[in-house]
Amino acid sequence: MIKVLLSRLLRLVLTLLAVSFITFMMVKLLPGDPVNTLLPPDAPRTPEIVAQIRADLGLDDPVWQQYLDWLGSALSGDLGTSYVTDQPVSEIIKDRFPVTFELALFATLIALVFAIPAGIVGAYREGRMIDKTTSAALSVALSIPNFIAGLFLIWLFTVQFQIFPSTGWSRLTDAGLWANFETAFLPSLALALAPMAIYARLLRADMIGVLKEDYILSARAKGLRDRYILFRHAFRPSTMSLMTVIGLTFGALLGGTVVIEQLFALPGLGSRLISAINQRDIIVIQGITVFIAAMYVIINTIVDLLYLVVDPRIRKG
Amino acid sequence: MADTGIVTAGADVAAHEAAIVKQGKVPGRGFWGAIKAAPWSAKLSIFWLSFIIFAAVYAKLNNWFDYSLPLIQDPYYQGNLFGTTRPTESPSKAHWLGTDVLARDTWSRILNGAWVSLVVALASAAFGIVIGGLLGSFVGYVKGRWETSIMAGMDVILAFPALVLLLALVSIWEVRSLAVISLVIGVLSIPAYTRIARANALAISNREFVQAAQAIGTKKSTILLREIVPNVLPALFAYALVQAGFVVVLEGTLSFLGLSVQLPEPTWGNMINEARRDIRQTIMPVFWPSLFLTLTVLSLNQVGDWLQQRAAVRSSAL
Repeated sequence: MIKVLLSRLLRLVLTLLAVSFITFMMVKLLPGDPVNTLLPPDAPRTPEIVAQIRADLGLDDPVWQQYLDWLGSALSGDLGTSYVTDQPVSEIIKDRFPVTFELALFATLIALVFAIPAGIVGAYREGRMIDKTTSAALSVALSIPNFIAGLFLIWLFTVQFQIFPSTGWSRLTDAGLWANFETAFLPSLALALAPMAIYARLLRADMIGVLKEDYILSARAKGLRDRYILFRHAFRPSTMSLMTVIGLTFGALLGGTVVIEQLFALPGLGSRLISAINQRDIIVIQGITVFIAAMYVIINTIVDLLYLVVDPRIRKG
Repeated sequence: MADTGIVTAGADVAAHEAAIVKQGKVPGRGFWGAIKAAPWSAKLSIFWLSFIIFAAVYAKLNNWFDYSLPLIQDPYYQGNLFGTTRPTESPSKAHWLGTDVLARDTWSRILNGAWVSLVVALASAAFGIVIGGLLGSFVGYVKGRWETSIMAGMDVILAFPALVLLLALVSIWEVRSLAVISLVIGVLSIPAYTRIARANALAISNREFVQAAQAIGTKKSTILLREIVPNVLPALFAYALVQAGFVVVLEGTLSFLGLSVQLPEPTWGNMINEARRDIRQTIMPVFWPSLFLTLTVLSLNQVGDWLQQRAAVRSSAL
């Protein structure tokens, strides 16, 4: 157990190092003089400023030392400062990550609320009309890109019926629960569509397997009601791979909110990344990319470890 | 799956690796026989995809022939400036899907957008199957140190959320032409294909026919190209369709964010993005490209699922 744990942690550290190195190198691969690219086009290029930036970034050091310096300050929470807006990247992240995190969390919850009944019904009525209909609907849900779903939700809920606002964000801490819910609901719903389909399909497939087990048969033989068997006997063992995939998609959602944040004009990390790309603000692009990638890797490792705790077969293997 | 470390695997890749093990029967022989035996959803999807491919090529030809071919028009032609067309017209004989806010013909713009999606999807499949397929078959067969280091490299790329890595890479490029976008998406597609090719090659390299070839002293490179690669290919082609669906959405997302092929070149994503500003007046210019994009992705997924089952069955029958 300890050995497996240590090897996973070692792998986590190695992956994080590799991910940070690739992100770091992206800036090095920029064509031309990095100072030129880093400075916004309209900024003055006096020799003092250029020399200042070269010194700030240690551009005259060898590449490996530049990486180690950058990694060292990144680990102590300093991801550099934007040359366009003069904001420290760490502050941008602190300010904007909660929005992205809430969206991903809310979307996962919405997806589960729909996926669990859909998956159970599909498994219970395998091959019947209701199973085929849900399966078809889920295939469609999986194929609708989230920005299209978002646009049609905006059209339906803000243009046709003025129920929810189409843009903007009310912070949970400033505006209270309801105002926050109003602004978070549509974007989260748009994000939830694909995970919902993935969860429901997975739960259905696993549950079909579980329902064929002998202990389900014996529960039936005892005369227990179907609903009781489904929820008390079959549900828990059917959720093993579902839990893993919830973790995986949650990590992916942190990076996947980009378009939705842009569409709904939400002040999250993703929309900041897009504005940084449009301003060619390389330091911010680098900082946000490495942060999201690191979160993704860490979440996946946590999921992996949880799986280890839950399933004794893997613990021993 | 869990014992190989979930750290790095995308959910779809995992599903594919799992599906390799599944079994069933392969109905239908030959190309037409297979299509005839396909479920109706796959048949409809094949029909739709053939239509899109045909339409995309036709639109490109029309482009080369200076928009003199019948049925579609110049996608940039603004009827309100040069003709009598008004913005946001409803569908009519002259404009099958109506016009957008700049009075451009939606139908011809959608077909031109189809070309962009087609090229990106083909580029991703080509890079993935050729480079990823060969690399994966190679490491899955020879194993050892090569396998460890190449797969570790691939895992690092898979460790990034795809969209974020793509955005970061695209942002470094100054010119975003169709070639650049296809190249970046193509290269990013390699790791997933490598994983699938490796998983298949690992299974195949233990089969009797490979052992037989080894026993009679066939060269390793010959075994790789004659025995392993041909048997890995069906799974890769099946994956290519599902991956194409993913890639079409990725390009659509990039276009929607204004970071793909530059305007005025129409793509489904940037058509949606341009038209969404006027969503309070009319939804139709948003609706049509959305419908084409969604139907195409749905079709790719359906055909991909169907082929994947067939490939899994065939490899189990080897």
